[in-house]
Amino acid sequence: MQQLLNTLLTGLTLGMVYAAFALALVLIWRSTRIINFAQAPMAMITTYVALTVIDADYSYWVGFTAALLSGLVLGAAIERLVIRPVEGKPHINAVILTLGLFIVIHAVAALLFGSRYRSFPAPFGVRGFQVGEVNVALTGFGIFTIGSVVVVMLLLVALFRGTDLGLMMRAAAFNQEVARLLGVRVGRMFTLGWALAALVGSLSGLLIAGGSLVHPSYMDSAVVFGFVAAVLGGLDSPVGAVVGGLVLGVSLSFVSGYVGSELVALAALGILMVVLLLRPGGLFSHATPRRV
Amino acid sequence: MLEVHDLTTSYGAVRALSEVSFAAPSGQVTAVLGANGAGKTTLLRTISGLVRPRSGRVLLDDRDLTRTPTEQMAALGLSHVPEGRGVITELTVEENLRLGGLGAGRFRPADLDRVFALFPVLADRRRATAHVLSGGERQMLVIGRALMADPRVLLLDEPSLGLAPRVVAQIFALLRGLVTAEGLTVVLVEQNARSALSIADHGVVLNLGRLVVRAKASVLAADEQLRHAYLGF
Repeated sequence: MQQLLNTLLTGLTLGMVYAAFALALVLIWRSTRIINFAQAPMAMITTYVALTVIDADYSYWVGFTAALLSGLVLGAAIERLVIRPVEGKPHINAVILTLGLFIVIHAVAALLFGSRYRSFPAPFGVRGFQVGEVNVALTGFGIFTIGSVVVVMLLLVALFRGTDLGLMMRAAAFNQEVARLLGVRVGRMFTLGWALAALVGSLSGLLIAGGSLVHPSYMDSAVVFGFVAAVLGGLDSPVGAVVGGLVLGVSLSFVSGYVGSELVALAALGILMVVLLLRPGGLFSHATPRRV
Repeated sequence: MLEVHDLTTSYGAVRALSEVSFAAPSGQVTAVLGANGAGKTTLLRTISGLVRPRSGRVLLDDRDLTRTPTEQMAALGLSHVPEGRGVITELTVEENLRLGGLGAGRFRPADLDRVFALFPVLADRRRATAHVLSGGERQMLVIGRALMADPRVLLLDEPSLGLAPRVVAQIFALLRGLVTAEGLTVVLVEQNARSALSIADHGVVLNLGRLVVRAKASVLAADEQLRHAYLGF
């Protein structure tokens, strides 16, 4: 019973991180049809920004904020400087560029911050608590992880569903030409979309790093799990990304806890295959096809 | 008044418009007619800046719009309803309408009420996702959405496409009413020349990218030779 509960809690916490990463991918995919392979190194480098700030004796929260803000700026800058010049060309051009960025950002991080392992602090305890005889694996940092991802998601929902800006961003994502004819500044909406995606990606980077070690490749496995989570949810659906992340996190936690941790990566691909066989469009795909 | 001077547009080596000139007088309907591939849609796309002309000018009330980005057209008083309707099907009816005002930088709830009064069927479905609408309702939605920007000039591309004749008549009657009541200037691209001429004041005929005839709508409709040569009725 204790193991079941703890496996579930670990899975949910992990799932929330995957969900955040998947959400970052979905935000960009659904507006521009680009899979941003550079999302992982972007999140890595913003985490290094946080580490640098924290090492300069500022508090964790200053570092945390600095990382999110630098994510926002980095996302906008990459859209304007790297992606915008190939707009209107085949999407594969932009995808290859994000792969190039993957390598470049890695190299830059290694140059600036070194390629050794460095420990990253956590703002809350990383040990569980006891209820009577039972050890509960929900840590302070785990609660913070779940809470911060939920807060970011609610803010995004409020932005997209509740504001004029969000409406214009959705219009630009769904139908660029019509949005343009109606007077929506589509380019700005895309820049903002990349900025927000990078912010969410940065959050996932900080959460994975918390209480653990960072080095220039520490996010690379997250891109695999985040991508699987996004595809599980249907790539087009932000809600799907969150559900996909949670399903993946819990499933992998059970595989790790009951079968063997060496099978986790294999299980992720197995889940992906089963879902794509049964529902090729992902769990939350719309029945209606749409023109791209 | 919308004026087009010597407009030439090419897609690569293919010339889609050759030195087209005409004026669409204020408060009137100008029908742009011609066969498939005559350049009608290209003409509208060039006017609204979706396609850049090789040469020539576009003037709206003497203001040069030739190099103006498409995004600014709505705020300047030019609304373009593209072919195939251009409803954003993932958004609700009301969101589509709000967007029409927001993009032009002037969303007012009163405009929304005005559109709902013009098209009561949209009011009944304001919270529905636009993809459930019928073809006629979608056409009403895009016209209503364009009106949210309070345009001086409305460019309409094939509004009758795929609609039942009764629905076409209803929409055209409504359009005529708007022109008369509000002094709206309409440039109406149509394959369906007979219907278009029935509500138009003027007509221009394009053939292979060139403007071949410019005349009053009644004259065009009465000219048997022209009808046979270019208009197919």
